[in-house]
Amino acid sequence: MRSSNWEENIASFVLTFIILFVLWAALSTFFDVVHLSLGVVCSLLVAYISHDLLIKPKGTKHVFVVLKTAVRFFLYFFWLTTQIIKASIDVMMIILNPKLPISPEIIKFDSRLTNDVALATLANSITLTPGTLTLDIDEKKTYYVHCLAKRHGDALLKGKMQSLVARVFGGEE
Amino acid sequence: MSVSSILSTIFLLTGAFFFIVGSIGLNRLPDVYTRLHATTKCDTLGQALALLGVIFYEGATFTSVKVLLIIIFVLIANPTAAHALAKGAYMYGVKPCEITSLDMYKEKVKRRSK
Amino acid sequence: MIDPFLLTALLLVFASVLCLYRTIKGPTVPDRIVAVNVIATCTIVVHVLIAFIGNQPMFVDIALTYALLNFLVTLVAARYLATGRVFA
Repeated sequence: MRSSNWEENIASFVLTFIILFVLWAALSTFFDVVHLSLGVVCSLLVAYISHDLLIKPKGTKHVFVVLKTAVRFFLYFFWLTTQIIKASIDVMMIILNPKLPISPEIIKFDSRLTNDVALATLANSITLTPGTLTLDIDEKKTYYVHCLAKRHGDALLKGKMQSLVARVFGGEE
Repeated sequence: MSVSSILSTIFLLTGAFFFIVGSIGLNRLPDVYTRLHATTKCDTLGQALALLGVIFYEGATFTSVKVLLIIIFVLIANPTAAHALAKGAYMYGVKPCEITSLDMYKEKVKRRSK
Repeated sequence: MIDPFLLTALLLVFASVLCLYRTIKGPTVPDRIVAVNVIATCTIVVHVLIAFIGNQPMFVDIALTYALLNFLVTLVAARYLATGRVFA
């Protein structure tokens, strides 16, 4: 048990170091010895301090599972982009209408998701889709959502987005 | 005028248009929650379009990578900040405007005494 | 032919001025914070545009840092509104 824990720590340390060093190289754009060695030292230091924050050692999964989630998330992102464009045009029509046709309401619904990342993704997606804004998620996974008009709330309660997020992260009970 | 320069001009001006729509919404809508609706959606799309226009103009360089990092970061950070601000405003005691027909969050929140 | 980058930057400054009205008038504190948040997002884009207008790539790095700081400031302000304190 002790040795497996140690191995997982090393894996998360190395992965954090690689991510930090690639970010350093992309942001600095100097590729001489001095700057790169400075980057190695800084990345090692930060990875040593905070390697358990970025990647949880307990939740390490197989590489294949992580790759599959990444591909699915990419596809989900395309769907989300169309939703963002639709949402902006929808809000634009409401704002530029002289009569200002709004009837706000705050609704709540329960979520079936279990994963923390999936909950956060769903909250941000709700905020970016037409006429809805997440107010709060409580410990029982109840979402409180502010809607700009009644039709927006009805569209959300159909739960299409939640099943999509559940399919990406596999976090459904 | 090349194709990429025309494309970048279109993207830049569309982004600026969405920013102006968001600002008009900030001034027209009645309370803080509806204002957050306008600013979050229009600003997130506006910055993404404007910075994509910059990327089309620049082509594939390290500066484009940095601009792409800005787009992704704001795309994640803006809804999160809006979420935090809406909850903070409700806890602070800002009531939703009079035409709000339904408020299921009221019984959940014990108002902070002023 | 006017430079599209300059035109976009001017339009964004106009949008910031519209938000400034809400910042000064806003009846409650959260209204002002929302307006300042919008102005900050405008400023990020204007920084990137300035980098290309004046041909000074350093401004892109400043915009990246400004985006990070803007997020942090908004979260701390929201936390102060919700709980009445900043630390702990």
